[in-house]
Amino acid sequence: MHRSFIARNPSILIFLSLLGLFTLGVTVLSEGFGVGVISTSFVKTLGKTLCLCLIAVAMDLIWGYAGILSLGHFAFFGLGGYMIGMWLMYERTRQIVAGALSDGALPPTPEEVQAAIGNQIFGVVGGSDLPLIWTFANSLTVQLALVVLVPGLFALVFGWLAFRARVTGVYLSILTQAMTLGLALYLFQNASGLRGNNGLSGLQNLPGVDLPQSVVSLWFFWASALALGLGYLLAAWLVAGKFGSVIRGIRDNEARVRFLGYSVEGYKLAIFTLTACLAGIAGALYYPQAGIINPAEVAPIASIYLAVWVAIGGRGRLYGAVIGTAFVSLMSSWFTGGQAPDVTLGGYTIKWVDWWLVLLGLSFVAVTLYAPRGIAGALDRLTGNRRRKAS
Amino acid sequence: MSTLLEVSGVTVSFDGFRAINNLSFRIEGAELRAVIGPNGAGKTTFMDIVTGKTRPDSGQVRYGDKSMSLIGMSEAKIAQAGIGRKFQKPTVFEDQTVQANLLMALRKPRGALAVLLYRPDAPDLDRVAELAGEIGLGEHLDRLSGELSHGQKQWLEIGMLLAQDPKLLLVDEPAAGMTPAEREKTTAILVEAARTRAVVVVEHDMEFVRRLNCKVTVLHEGAVLAEGSLDHVTKNQDVIDVYLGR
Repeated sequence: MHRSFIARNPSILIFLSLLGLFTLGVTVLSEGFGVGVISTSFVKTLGKTLCLCLIAVAMDLIWGYAGILSLGHFAFFGLGGYMIGMWLMYERTRQIVAGALSDGALPPTPEEVQAAIGNQIFGVVGGSDLPLIWTFANSLTVQLALVVLVPGLFALVFGWLAFRARVTGVYLSILTQAMTLGLALYLFQNASGLRGNNGLSGLQNLPGVDLPQSVVSLWFFWASALALGLGYLLAAWLVAGKFGSVIRGIRDNEARVRFLGYSVEGYKLAIFTLTACLAGIAGALYYPQAGIINPAEVAPIASIYLAVWVAIGGRGRLYGAVIGTAFVSLMSSWFTGGQAPDVTLGGYTIKWVDWWLVLLGLSFVAVTLYAPRGIAGALDRLTGNRRRKAS
Repeated sequence: MSTLLEVSGVTVSFDGFRAINNLSFRIEGAELRAVIGPNGAGKTTFMDIVTGKTRPDSGQVRYGDKSMSLIGMSEAKIAQAGIGRKFQKPTVFEDQTVQANLLMALRKPRGALAVLLYRPDAPDLDRVAELAGEIGLGEHLDRLSGELSHGQKQWLEIGMLLAQDPKLLLVDEPAAGMTPAEREKTTAILVEAARTRAVVVVEHDMEFVRRLNCKVTVLHEGAVLAEGSLDHVTKNQDVIDVYLGR
């Protein structure tokens, strides 16, 4: 009990070491800094996967530990992506515009530059002025803060309304689906101020950095690995102590926790908001690697996938969420990327691009029925770590 | 000692059915009280009202030295004010160790931030070990509470209540499903607890109530039918008619 939470949970150190080794391995094999076995686009895929693992850790906290099946956490992921995307797009456009205008006889006024930026970014949706929400898009510091603040505040307001009304279980899940759907529909509008269905693009280019993508991709890969490592550590710390006891208690018997004198709604709100912030950070690292973000990213289905990944990995165990997400999302890009060989059955050919979803659905059903503890549960059986010590 | 809890003229209806009908009840600061009554007499609803789970349609619930009104307070706030409740079914957190269960219940700040930064110190661990000893679980601190027997879970729940250090303890059918030896121990724990605080035990089992050897309140159709020693109430003709005579 007196030892630190890391000493009590050897899985934390094992996970962090494996993550470190993986990062080193990818770097050595990369095109940017190593022998070039791993292509730059695959480095980006791996970096994005690390970001998905980070939001999975958040999902495991809220669902696996606190028992709140949120089917809307990709809304926070997307918001994080949009916040950093605004700066990336603004700053890059500003540099291009400033370069083009400086060819004229007179140096451009700030108003001219501002107008040209607005035209460049919003011409596609028939606008030319920068909307109010872009006020701070010129400041990296502010937008970085917004990466955490916007999803956090959104979650705080939504969670306060939902938890205060004691909405629980499947009703809460439906409400979170409605939340992310509502956000997607709002963003799809051209008037949303975030370029409607065009979304924000060109995010892979870091303004002011004149280095090839093979190098930039590794920067983001490292940042993603670092964020995942720190996020994992934070989550492990949260669940190791009495706070973890209380939120697991809420999962197992909310009324009992209430009669112990804990404000269940306050705890739910805290964990909901915190995981939304984590999701925002994950999104802010993901979309510069994806290069583009559009409203389809926060469609309800994305958050459902997240729940499926965590379920397959094994909820209630942080490494389970990470393993499940890495495994399923990489499998998904392999199957849907056309790399998986088609299977010919007599007269019918199974094309994995179409059939992957069926396979995923079947695995989800199989895991739910036969391995409720997911991949992590199977791992635990192998290592003999049958029960998780709470203290 | 002065009155700790005073319930006066409380009425609650569910869809027209009067679960509690103009109920009045009071208990002193250090007293053991048994509440008996047939099914549907309103015993559990009575507990729900005191602990803030159900809000009465009318009436007063006053508690403590300053006789503050409990009506409208949240369950958590009422629990923090010193009212502990044990449910009929043992509800311990099965996924966690006996020690973690007791630590969660231990009287400490309940706010999220305080809990997040909380690390048990030696006095806390000693207190938990002492409590575990009292409820016969001293050897089982590191076991998952889901692995305990039914009786042990009941005790763990009582232990968690004692860890909360409440001024008023509401206990719903503590002896249900226990062996005679376990009942005896449960009686001893409750009698001991009532030396320093108020304990209200809701029970069906007359034999168990007799062993508690305390004042008895008989509920019927949401109101108090009789009150006094067990011998006194069992001689009451109304009580015999509605409860014992069946």
